[in-house]
Amino acid sequence: MTAEILLKGGSVLTPHGVLETDVLVGDKVLAVGEGLVADHVIDASGCWIGPGLVDLHVHLREPGQEWKEDVGSGSAAAAAGGFTAILAMPNTEPAIDSGHLARFVADRGVTTGLVQVVPVGALTLGREGAQLSHLDDLWAAGVRVFSDDGDSVADAGLLRSAMEYLAHRGGVVAQHAEDPGLARGGHMHEGAVSSRLGMRALPAVAEEVVVARDLALVKLTGCRYHVQHVSTRGTVELVRAAKAEGLAVTAEVAPHHLTFTDERVLSMDPDYKMYPPLRTGADVDALRSALEDGTIDAVATDHAPHAAAEGEVPFEEAPRGVIGLETAVAAVMMAVELDQSTFFDRLSIAPARIAGLTEQGLPVEVGSPANLVVIDPGMEWTAGPFVSRSQNSPWKGQQMRGRAIATIHAGRLTHEVVAV
Amino acid sequence: MRHLLTTESLTRAEIEELLDLADEFTDVLGREIPKVPALRGLTVGTLFFEPSTRTRLSFERAAKALSADVMSFSPSTSSLSKGESLKDTVLTLQAMGCDLMVVRHKATGAPWRVAEWTDCPVVNGGDGAHQHPTQALLDSLTVRRHFGKLDGLHIAIVGDIRHSRVARSDLFAMSTLGARVTMVAPPTLLPLDIDDWPCDVSFELDDVLGGMDVVYLLRIQAERGGATVFPSLPEYVQRFGMTRARFDRLSPEAVVMHPGPMNRGVEIAPEVADHPRSLVLDQVRAGVAVRMAVLFRLGQAVRTEVPS
Repeated sequence: MTAEILLKGGSVLTPHGVLETDVLVGDKVLAVGEGLVADHVIDASGCWIGPGLVDLHVHLREPGQEWKEDVGSGSAAAAAGGFTAILAMPNTEPAIDSGHLARFVADRGVTTGLVQVVPVGALTLGREGAQLSHLDDLWAAGVRVFSDDGDSVADAGLLRSAMEYLAHRGGVVAQHAEDPGLARGGHMHEGAVSSRLGMRALPAVAEEVVVARDLALVKLTGCRYHVQHVSTRGTVELVRAAKAEGLAVTAEVAPHHLTFTDERVLSMDPDYKMYPPLRTGADVDALRSALEDGTIDAVATDHAPHAAAEGEVPFEEAPRGVIGLETAVAAVMMAVELDQSTFFDRLSIAPARIAGLTEQGLPVEVGSPANLVVIDPGMEWTAGPFVSRSQNSPWKGQQMRGRAIATIHAGRLTHEVVAV
Repeated sequence: MRHLLTTESLTRAEIEELLDLADEFTDVLGREIPKVPALRGLTVGTLFFEPSTRTRLSFERAAKALSADVMSFSPSTSSLSKGESLKDTVLTLQAMGCDLMVVRHKATGAPWRVAEWTDCPVVNGGDGAHQHPTQALLDSLTVRRHFGKLDGLHIAIVGDIRHSRVARSDLFAMSTLGARVTMVAPPTLLPLDIDDWPCDVSFELDDVLGGMDVVYLLRIQAERGGATVFPSLPEYVQRFGMTRARFDRLSPEAVVMHPGPMNRGVEIAPEVADHPRSLVLDQVRAGVAVRMAVLFRLGQAVRTEVPS
């Protein structure tokens, strides 16, 4: 029996639009309206209440790299950021390429009990890009989204096979789009800044040629296709055109790509190293517009923890990626102006739909799942230190605006900012 | 000036001060006892994470001519192979009493990171394809000695500019000193998006050869991928090599330069490399004096911090 929690005085995202009302939460949403009472009351005045956030792209590092993060610490970071479900990428050691490994990750999530942990399955065995992973075995373990994230599936024939195999079941092929021949081991965006630094760089087309090729395969196979961490204006245009054509295509964008440009790399700080890399101002503008107009369906953090010592090296030698779960709400709010409905669509409803999560991303009404978040859009706070085991964030120490002040997962209060 | 990391931010006055100082140290190096006690008691660490002979020897010769002690660090004999982070390596050397650090690294920006972590002044001894400021200073000194100035001179930098820290460093130093620089290379060896660089660009050496006072030749950086982006070496030599025939078409006062190591018969013909109007060995000589100037200039700051 979970203790009842009353969320008092917020703007609530309901099936009938945004209403100023109170919400009583137990195992489910028990009541929506005025005059409700509970032992635990959270003052939500001035706050947005809606379904808990869903992150399509998280690296939990378990099994194999628990010094960076594990399911427990990553779940806690997710709850602190307002999330109630996260998709765990399969680039662990070993890679999540068979059912028992996917079950292990999901079970660790259940044991931890802070968020729903949803394993993503590898598309190829060991993420080696040579042969298909145990797709049926993964499917039986509940996996619906498949990706070799961290690497592109470079072999078009292999990708086609995966798409053909998964299409009739409604499985999603998610692609980290990066052509290895064009990327050539680059460390940042190819452009004026990389030229000045003399740094090997990934051109925007390294992403775009893969997406263009994959879209042709989507047309051929009818498989659902999801573009992970879109970073360029050109990719936005490809996705926009594919959607106009009616293809089953979705896309995500990471908060850092909505915020920073490649100029940041001039600092040589590895907290600005991510794949795909930070691009130009024109790309940032295109990504922001695409998120606003829905061409990009979802925000996904690409939360990628790395231990401090791993960053005590030159930029080029630092590992890829930055953490993002705890800063996502603020970063999105500071980058784009979304109204409450659109905000919850991009950070909860759409990602839940893409991943096929039936208990997530639902507007608040009596009987809806007790997966909720309370967001104070005006709260000013300083980012870090983070709940995550790793601290590699480009927002570390920065003034932020907007924050999840309470998160409820399966009726349990998993995060609350206690007023000072 | 606390560190010397890049020529991009150096002012004309700062460069000229270092070159004037280098002229004085050139005189010192010509004495019977080519040594001054300027940095006695200080320890210069040479942290060369990328193999190098000439630059390391040049720095060590410079440090010793200033009576500094030298600590040498090279990755093959170090705990880098045991997985130590760059930061720990740097802090360890500092704890052993290193006062100044010269850092060479194959990764762009490594000396900047070292400068963040240590209290020592840091000299960039070459980072990736980014910067090599003492090379730019010694090249500028060599040209200044030969022509008396850089103002108004036209300098062509020819070859693998995309992968060259020398090209980037020389461009900013030499243009700040008043020279006009033209980068000459096939498109795949030129950096992209360089419209805001203070230089002209040409894809044909023969188009610009006649107007040059200095032709500065670069090696193809095979280790950074420079050899895979043009058809073949013979074709490269055909279009961009400083052959004897091209040398003969230069103005009679023009000189050729090369940062070394040279690939004779590729970017420079052997008889050009050995010609009296090749300044290659003058560059090497200038290197010791320039590095004395840099170490002296940065070492003075350490001196004033440490109570005697």
